[in-house]
Amino acid sequence: MIEIRRLVKRFGYKRVLRELDFYAEQGEFVAVLGPNGAGKTTLLRILSTLSRPESGEVKISGYRLPSQSTSVRKLLGVVSHQPLLYGDLSAIENLKFFGRMYAIENIQNRIEEVLSVVGLEQRATDLVRTYSRGMQQRLAIGRAILHDPIVLLLDEPHTGLDQDASEMLDQVLIDVASQGRTLVMTSHDLARSARLAWRFDILARGKIVASTTRAELEPDQLLQFYRQTLEVG
Amino acid sequence: MVPKPQLLRILDFVTVVLLLIATGLVFFYAPIEAIMGNVQKVFYFHVASAWVGMLSFMVAAVVGILYLAREERKWDTIGLSSVEIGLIFSIIAVVSGSIWARPIWNTWWTWDPRLTTTTIMIFVYAAYFMLRSGIDDPDKMARFTAVYAIIGFVSVPLTFFSARLYRTIHPVIIGSNQPGATSSFEMTVSMQFVFFFSLITFTFIYLDLLWHRVRLGILQEKIIQLKMKLYD
Amino acid sequence: MKVLFAVVWKDMIMELRSREMLSAMLVFALLVVLIFNFAFELDATTRANTASGVLWVTFAFAGTLGLNRSMAMEKDYACLDGLLMAPVDRSAIFFGKVLGNFIFMVIVELIVLPIFSVLYGINLFHQGFIFVVLLGSLGYIIVGSLLSSMTVQTRTRDILLPILLFPVAIPIFIAAVRASRAFLVGTEMVEVMPYLNLLIVYDIVFFAVAYMVFDFIVQE
Repeated sequence: MIEIRRLVKRFGYKRVLRELDFYAEQGEFVAVLGPNGAGKTTLLRILSTLSRPESGEVKISGYRLPSQSTSVRKLLGVVSHQPLLYGDLSAIENLKFFGRMYAIENIQNRIEEVLSVVGLEQRATDLVRTYSRGMQQRLAIGRAILHDPIVLLLDEPHTGLDQDASEMLDQVLIDVASQGRTLVMTSHDLARSARLAWRFDILARGKIVASTTRAELEPDQLLQFYRQTLEVG
Repeated sequence: MVPKPQLLRILDFVTVVLLLIATGLVFFYAPIEAIMGNVQKVFYFHVASAWVGMLSFMVAAVVGILYLAREERKWDTIGLSSVEIGLIFSIIAVVSGSIWARPIWNTWWTWDPRLTTTTIMIFVYAAYFMLRSGIDDPDKMARFTAVYAIIGFVSVPLTFFSARLYRTIHPVIIGSNQPGATSSFEMTVSMQFVFFFSLITFTFIYLDLLWHRVRLGILQEKIIQLKMKLYD
Repeated sequence: MKVLFAVVWKDMIMELRSREMLSAMLVFALLVVLIFNFAFELDATTRANTASGVLWVTFAFAGTLGLNRSMAMEKDYACLDGLLMAPVDRSAIFFGKVLGNFIFMVIVELIVLPIFSVLYGINLFHQGFIFVVLLGSLGYIIVGSLLSSMTVQTRTRDILLPILLFPVAIPIFIAAVRASRAFLVGTEMVEVMPYLNLLIVYDIVFFAVAYMVFDFIVQE
């Protein structure tokens, strides 16, 4: 589903991604972990077609980026740590707007479905700027799955959420993941990632330096694995 | 240290020679214009400077397009160098135009369309630098300034035509003698020769300065790249 | 196409709810008009001559306010990213913003014009005059939107837009002021035509430039 070979990306004079390789099969839930500045957000921005690769090969569902970016966009749903929502519009209006952007049919039905999945039917007509951060993130996920994407990219989605909100988010993620979509999530929160994802890749200094899955270690061993990997490098 | 290429040495030499000859021609060969007197000789350098300003701008726009197409840093360096040189020569053009105008039309300024356009070009150039200094990311800076160079260049002919319309339909009379079209004096053959010679000389000066400046720019880039490698 | 109107619709509703941008533009424009009134002591004929100039200065500054706000809105909540990730033609997004900005500017102009007429004692409701205002505003907004999409990403965003925009918009100012003045004092059409042609050419040329260049401004 996602194939990345020898990806290089510079910002200014600094090389952020240095010949990075990454793969994700259909239906996998991968958590990409790593220290700040390692390049996690950059990787996700390239996958979401916001940023262009400098060199190397990036393919999503067979489409090459950046030449076939427009075709890929229909297949992607992206949740950033910023909500990407319009504060002065209500949840329904936001979803309607993005529905038009993605040329979704039967938009009304779909909006209702999505709102119930993320648990926001009660506040659907309220303006988004009255939402708490947790609710905004849930709506952001709603926006991301509105067009039924096969790949979901999440950049540190739990940032700024309290315990309750995080747990609600987790529930939504698990539901969404169980529908056969491919999920790539970057995170700082090892404990949480360990409970959500199946595979864990560690990104450090511009490359994936280690990878492991739940088959190989217990969730509470992830922290140790992470520390060990980074000490070596 | 990268040594000066042979071609550049030759260019330096040729440019200096041309400049000396041109100066000599202007002062000793070109005839003194009947009405305006010696001051008229400013004209040769005035127009040549304005020409270099226009040329720089055109180069910056073309190089801007190249940068957007190829994204190679050298185009950005050439564009920056060209705009720097163009700004200086445009200022020289406007100031020399002022010096020329004063004794003849008893005013420091005329709203001659060409002069007006050159002045506005100066503002566009200055804005170019302000844009550059407002962005930290070098790739973004290069892209934005390339776009602005294109926009600026496209606006120049439009500015010129609007300034010209402004003058022909609503002529403004300044000072005691009507300026009319600024360079409305007859050029004898020898004057024409000096005129074209100055144009060519100044073009050489432009190319020479540009090459030097671009070399400087490329060296600066190399230094930054090396510095970055240290932190890698 | 649908996308374009969706973007415009979205901007309309948002502005309707907050009314921040329109009120700022309006108040500012009216203040400028007032200041001009006190700055120059004008008799009736001079007023007719200078009215269009004063108006265009007002519109120019109010316009930059609107442009800044419009783009800042997209940038600050990273909404622009959301738009860029959508499977739509990016020029549709850009021209959606242009149309939205244009409508806002026209709304402000439509409110300022009658007030200006009353304060200055001149009748401005001449067909040709309105036409020139629209033509000029369109060109101004096209270039302004293009430039503001750049300046919004700089540190000096608010001051930088007028600095970049005004020199490039000079043809609009010259042509629009002259043409609108001509309509007010009743000049022959044949004298006005060149100015109108210039405005039309400007609008078309920059429409084309904007179409070709916008992608480069938002890409990374």
